Amino acid sequence: MVFRYELEGGNFSKAGHASSEIKKTLKQLSVDPRIIKRIVVALYEAEVNVVAHAWKGEVLAEVEANQITLTLRDEGPGIPDIPLAMQEGYSTASPAVRQMGFGAGMGLPNMKKNVDELEIESRVGVGTNVRMVTRFSGE
Amino acid sequence: MKIQQIREFTEAALVCGETNREKEVLSGFASDLMSDVLRLDTGDVLLITGLCNLQTIRTAEMAEVSCILFVRGKKITPEMIELANENRMVLMTTEYSMFRAAGELYLNGLAPVY
Repeated sequence: MVFRYELEGGNFSKAGHASSEIKKTLKQLSVDPRIIKRIVVALYEAEVNVVAHAWKGEVLAEVEANQITLTLRDEGPGIPDIPLAMQEGYSTASPAVRQMGFGAGMGLPNMKKNVDELEIESRVGVGTNVRMVTRFSGE
Repeated sequence: MKIQQIREFTEAALVCGETNREKEVLSGFASDLMSDVLRLDTGDVLLITGLCNLQTIRTAEMAEVSCILFVRGKKITPEMIELANENRMVLMTTEYSMFRAAGELYLNGLAPVY
């Protein structure tokens, strides 16, 4: 099964919609609730990242029997230094993002903590692709 | 700790979740930073927060938090209530500061997450 959701830069009222839908789908598939939580927390942080930094983007969720692959592609400023962005506490978020309760430099570390595989590719001035894989069987 | 007790200790009003009033929480966590809330791996937590927007409810949904106490008299919007009801959450609001609300609940036996 493949699901696709659109993301709009700056539209915080819709951030979390994809995570919410994926959560419902995984519940219906009787995936372990602890694994569902890890998946949706990572996806939600990733959605917030796109809404906070990019102009627009999309989420592709590929659900297989034993794993989920989440791909987020955005058109945006890109990440010039990915290892720096992965550091806890490093943030380039705007005051508006901080007002929403984010922007403390924990998004990417929280994503990494909650998925089995995380790959980030980015081109400055073009956009960022994030791919996250989580297996349903646990670690 | 029961919802009714949380309300008594913090003089909180129940905003929504009437049908879940018998729900109990085992511990409390106070934060305005949603990424910290998303790091919780404990169940049955009361979130005490002064951050009052739709993302607070979304965060609670993802973090499996079903009871939220808003402090400093924050006004909860109809969109927040709608999303909270969809997720069967209990929302409460108190005029107390976060420090006082957390202090009262801790003194009365609500355990910290860590």
